Amino acid sequence: MTNKSRVYIGMGTCGLATGADLVKAAAEEWFLKKGVCGQITPTGCVGFCQMEPIMDVVAENGIRISYGAVEPAEVAGILQGALADGDYSRGKIIGQYKNGASFLSDIPFIEEHPFFKKQVKFVLKNCGIINPASLSEYKERGGLTGLERALKAGPKGVVEEIHESGLRGRGGGGFPTGKKWRLAQSNDAAQKYIICNADEGDPGAFMDRAILEGDPFALIEGMIIAGFAIGASQGIIYCRAEYPLAIERLESAIDTLKKEKLLGHSLDKNGFHFDLRVKKGAGAFVCGEETALIASIEGRRGMPRPRPPYPSDSGLFERPTVVNNVETLANVTGIMREGAEFFSSMGTKNSKGTKVFALTGKIRNTGLVEVPMGITLKEIIYDIGGGIAQDKSFKAVQIGGPSGGCIPKSYIDTEIDYESLKGVGAIMGSGGLVVMDEDTCMVDVARFFLSFITNESCGKCIPCREGTQRLFEILDYIVSPYSKMKSEEENLRRFNMVMELENLAEVIKRTSLCGLGQTAPNPVLSTLRFFRNEYEAHIYERKCPAKACRGLLTYEIDTDICTGCTLCSKSCPTGAVVGEKGKAHYIIEDKCVHCGTCLDVCRFGAVKVS
Amino acid sequence: MTQSTEEFMLDDIIRGCPHSRDYLISILQAVQDRYGYLSRESIYRISDYLDLPESKIYGVATFYNQFRLKPPGKFQIHVCRGTACHVKGSAGILDTIGRELGIEVGGTSKDGLFSLDTVACLGACSIAPVITINGKFYGRLDNKKVQSLVKKLKRQGDGT
Repeated sequence: MTNKSRVYIGMGTCGLATGADLVKAAAEEWFLKKGVCGQITPTGCVGFCQMEPIMDVVAENGIRISYGAVEPAEVAGILQGALADGDYSRGKIIGQYKNGASFLSDIPFIEEHPFFKKQVKFVLKNCGIINPASLSEYKERGGLTGLERALKAGPKGVVEEIHESGLRGRGGGGFPTGKKWRLAQSNDAAQKYIICNADEGDPGAFMDRAILEGDPFALIEGMIIAGFAIGASQGIIYCRAEYPLAIERLESAIDTLKKEKLLGHSLDKNGFHFDLRVKKGAGAFVCGEETALIASIEGRRGMPRPRPPYPSDSGLFERPTVVNNVETLANVTGIMREGAEFFSSMGTKNSKGTKVFALTGKIRNTGLVEVPMGITLKEIIYDIGGGIAQDKSFKAVQIGGPSGGCIPKSYIDTEIDYESLKGVGAIMGSGGLVVMDEDTCMVDVARFFLSFITNESCGKCIPCREGTQRLFEILDYIVSPYSKMKSEEENLRRFNMVMELENLAEVIKRTSLCGLGQTAPNPVLSTLRFFRNEYEAHIYERKCPAKACRGLLTYEIDTDICTGCTLCSKSCPTGAVVGEKGKAHYIIEDKCVHCGTCLDVCRFGAVKVS
Repeated sequence: MTQSTEEFMLDDIIRGCPHSRDYLISILQAVQDRYGYLSRESIYRISDYLDLPESKIYGVATFYNQFRLKPPGKFQIHVCRGTACHVKGSAGILDTIGRELGIEVGGTSKDGLFSLDTVACLGACSIAPVITINGKFYGRLDNKKVQSLVKKLKRQGDGT
């Protein structure tokens, strides 16, 4: 055994949260005990978060095997097997990499695993494979060749190539990147800026985090290319503060590139040089909107302003500015490396390339998947995602975050494409796919998004500030019990509001200032469109079919099971549970506020819900 | 620590940042990193340094979710309320923690040990539901796991 043997451990945020640091410590201990000089390399996330912590072992002969759901206690066994005894089968194998000539005939390739089989890794090519801090490993896999090609092609050539590739913004709107760049390039201001929007605020999305943590050089290369193309010598990465690891890795990558004289030094004969810094966001969803993001970088409250003027004319410090999303810029690197033709060979007529989705919710294989545009939702959910967890039945998939919509079972054959998703009332968004099963209440989901929007609305325009608040109140009424209301009069007034629900949503959509306000009612409209029957059950029958809205459930204690432990009567906030110690308890219906606390605290399953 | 050294340290942090409005958020972050919150005094100091009215600084500090104007607890708990976490029951997790600690969202327990906040999304959706305690991630939780976690922290807190 020599130092050729290597161990890669996925140390992204999800890896660390599931104990990757303990796995690393166990691996270090094994190497120390054996007196073997091996290398342990932390990598980013390979995407298969369900199987974290993931450990790849590269034996001396070059065979690389990926093990999933690794327990710290089994690390020594796996390493002893793979690196010393030649027995690779200890541990839960995900697959082996096609790594040069040698491979094992009895272990399947990782590309054959159902989770990876239909994926096309273009943007996530390096994530989880290389050490994100190592420029040489990045170069080994074709890194910086895109920049080289760009510098040769000249700014005009780069913009043309991006335009030809058909790349559209991956942050939500899907505006053609080439067009945006062309506008900025044609502006002859002396100072221009390129900003990377890494303020991934959509709840349920983490594809940008994976790129930032797993392959920071790819993003930075894309930024240098973008700066070169539009003539910007200054770049800013606006990264949310909730991603400390991403910020750390970005800053270390920037330092490395400064030392290599790729940042802050002249790169071509015309003296093009590029400076880059990271700016930490402070937690505001609205800062995903480009004018709000610019305000935030300038040190102000992150509020959008009317456009025009567009940032490409007057953006940061009133200079021409291009704002691109992380995934878009990582795509730029790939396009300049592989060529526009290769990129546009993937996808559909109007949506080219691949898209990264964060697959979460009630699904078997959660994680990050990169698929070619044009694949169907069904393929993503059933073939890659492995179907619904616990064999429950699929109800809907939420796509596009708070601006998106819920797609029901009847539309599961919809192709992934900017236009076709719009056709079913959703949007591509940044790529969060939250799968919902029979236990998820769609009214509750709409209410959840509205509560999110009311918290995050910046307050500048009235339709969004007041309108979403009213929408939320209406939904809150729909899921609340009657006893919560003060009088019959109020009940009547509330009922009138319900009649206005759709109308109000349309008004907000038409009259809000920025994209976030204009799309804020989408979760309500799309659930109304496909799940109107659930709304009706809540309103007319006062029932929640999914049994998720606690306010509409009635709680009863099964006197045969109740042991009289008094835990529920002690925790009841209104004293609605009464009974003597050691004897069965019961709930006083009039006093009950339907909070469900008794159900949570009961250790005997005596509280029944109907 | 005397008042003057404390003030000196505060000034030191502030002066470490460039003298320009666009660094306001960075300065606020640096001060909060050190002290855990933005005190009235620190806002006055920053106002002097940037030559910017206190009202503007207050406006920025209250706009962003990250900033606190009150001291946090020794254990800062952040419950993720993203979509994936919601679908997997984070509302129940939040209720449970609030009940165990006897505090509401945004509050700090009387003994100063715990503060409870929600966060829009921590970006660890694949291991939902997720919370962080002083920045450390805990994933794949349920009500029982959270209860025992809080009990453990209470014991740790009592020990010190």
